[in-house]
Amino acid sequence: MDVFNAIVQTLDSTIRLSVPLLLACLAGLYSERAGIFDIGLEGKMLVGAFAGAAAASVFHSAFLGLGMAILISVAFAMVHGFASITHRGNQIVSGVAINFVAAGSTIILGQAWFQQGGRTPALQPGERFEAITLPGADAIHDVPIIGPIYAELLSGHSILVYLAFLMVPFTWWVLFRTRFGLRLRAVGENPAAVDTAGISVAWLRYRALICTGVLTGIAGAYLSMVQNGGFVKDMTAGKGYIALAALIFAKWKPVNAMFACLLFGFLDAAAIRLQGSPLPIIGKVPVQFMQALPYILTVILLAGFIGKAIPPRAGGVPYVKER
Amino acid sequence: MSTPYAKLPAWADYGLIPLINLFVAFVVAGFVVLLVGENPLRAAVILVEGAFGKGTGIAFTLFYATTFIFTGLSVAVAAHCGLFNIGTEGQAYIAGLGIAVVCLSFDSVLPWWLTFPLAIVASAVVGALWALIPAYLQAKRGSHIVITTIMFNFIAASIMVYLLVGPLKPAGSQAPQTRNFLAGAELPKLNWIIELFGAKIRSAPLNVCFLLALIMAFLVWLLIWRTKLGYEMRTYGHSPKAARYAGISETRIIITAMMISGALAGLMALNPVMGDQHNVAIDFVSGAGFVGIAVALMGRLHPVGIVLAAILFGMLYQGGAELAFEMPAISRDMIVIIQGLVILFAGALEHMFRPYIQALFASFSPRSVGMEAVKGKGA
Repeated sequence: MDVFNAIVQTLDSTIRLSVPLLLACLAGLYSERAGIFDIGLEGKMLVGAFAGAAAASVFHSAFLGLGMAILISVAFAMVHGFASITHRGNQIVSGVAINFVAAGSTIILGQAWFQQGGRTPALQPGERFEAITLPGADAIHDVPIIGPIYAELLSGHSILVYLAFLMVPFTWWVLFRTRFGLRLRAVGENPAAVDTAGISVAWLRYRALICTGVLTGIAGAYLSMVQNGGFVKDMTAGKGYIALAALIFAKWKPVNAMFACLLFGFLDAAAIRLQGSPLPIIGKVPVQFMQALPYILTVILLAGFIGKAIPPRAGGVPYVKER
Repeated sequence: MSTPYAKLPAWADYGLIPLINLFVAFVVAGFVVLLVGENPLRAAVILVEGAFGKGTGIAFTLFYATTFIFTGLSVAVAAHCGLFNIGTEGQAYIAGLGIAVVCLSFDSVLPWWLTFPLAIVASAVVGALWALIPAYLQAKRGSHIVITTIMFNFIAASIMVYLLVGPLKPAGSQAPQTRNFLAGAELPKLNWIIELFGAKIRSAPLNVCFLLALIMAFLVWLLIWRTKLGYEMRTYGHSPKAARYAGISETRIIITAMMISGALAGLMALNPVMGDQHNVAIDFVSGAGFVGIAVALMGRLHPVGIVLAAILFGMLYQGGAELAFEMPAISRDMIVIIQGLVILFAGALEHMFRPYIQALFASFSPRSVGMEAVKGKGA
């Protein structure tokens, strides 16, 4: 029973740790499927986290915070679009720039506005998203096996967690069952064909980036308003890059993205749980190795040793109409 | 695939446009200072005075500049070959390992002028090897170099943290760093050069690595514009297709360019490790690799431009530290914003103002724009 409880707890923290990755990963999916590389997921999450926590604590409303997180994150996505779509700049350079502006400005503004060393004030109840207890969770809590799974694993998360997992089928539906999704994928593969069909490549890519901004905003809000109860400087800590790795690992597909993020979330949860204690057979594994594992796996995948990751064909190439 | 814009005179291309981009970046940064509730002009004055006002300030500025010259050159060499090396940070970090091995083994036996060359070789080799794997994967298996180098930054950080909290940490010590090096691994300071001009220096870490950086800048210029290898790299950077048609081996050129880039990144570690801290500590690179991106873009990938841009960023680092004293609301993180804005305006948005400047030039003297294009001068 102890082992079972430990497994449920680890899986529970896996879900919690996967959510920001999943939201950011789906965010990257929209922009990369439209042919815009986005290294700036990290930065957009960070400004989202800051704007969310700051607005929630000033206006005393979790939903206003979430709205502000999305707004600011979309604004940063638009800067990326302005540079890489309108001015055909290098998409990677632009993403790197956004990460730096985000990292610097959240600290500077946070310190200037709240004077707590770059933190925002701790969020009070009502200013953050509370855990939701699913119906009947308390009633069946004591039922063996099913009880803990339902009550602890599935129930008791905030609304953003459920939203994140609902975004997976929704994204699949948008990309593969709607006209917008068809065009979005087309513009990432062959923008000239989309242009010939009389559809604006630029406007389509801007819309894809708006989707990206909305999702990174929610991801940031999750970090500062659910996981942490306030903004801490550099709180994304490379999650944007792990999300990028997960996106490649998932071969740019929504359902795969969910599994990739759950895997990376599980590695993180296991690393925290196993800290210092030895594994059977393998012996003691350094925490740093577990932390590096998502990156190592992605490199191995990229090298083509586990299947082949083929990115959208027009990814990273600015579209020039007259050629 | 010609650039969609006509040629400008060289001085405008290499002087005017970077200055305009820089100016815009600073104007936007000024708005951030306003948001914080301080006066941007006063902030600028404090910053420049902090960097160049006193001898100590100048020495610190040049110390930081040394670091950025190395990382800027590293990014630039790869960029000339059409490769975006975001991994400078990780290559420099892991090179600290090579330096640690050399210094910890020889610092009690050899004088600095024998340890130093060994450490140069060690750092360059380790940095180059760390760049080799992403380069090989790009050349042979087509995995995108940007993604792999980002991943390698994280892997490098994990390895270094593991080593510095474990095997490399002296027994009984709490701090995650190696033991302090002995005199045999401490580089001599260069502060006397500034003191020649009559300035007083209290203590500043400016050291012989500055000279090494300048030599490297010259060697990179030689490599890129005066050797066959450099020509091949530029050819590949301009058009991989043309390079392939000309019989240039794709694998060889990618791997060579990335290893040179990695080696330059590795040399960066010498400056803080042997010149200043005299140990290898966690996160000693602290973002200098990423500053290299801004420096390379600002300097338009030319060694002279890179040295100037590195001094500019050195000034921002040193002046920024002074600024944090005078205006507590503005910490050193202001530099991170400026760095981001410079990358944005000098890199991603480099063509934003070009059409207007072109129109301006064309209206003053059509020949300055037209004639250059006809003669096809410059590259």
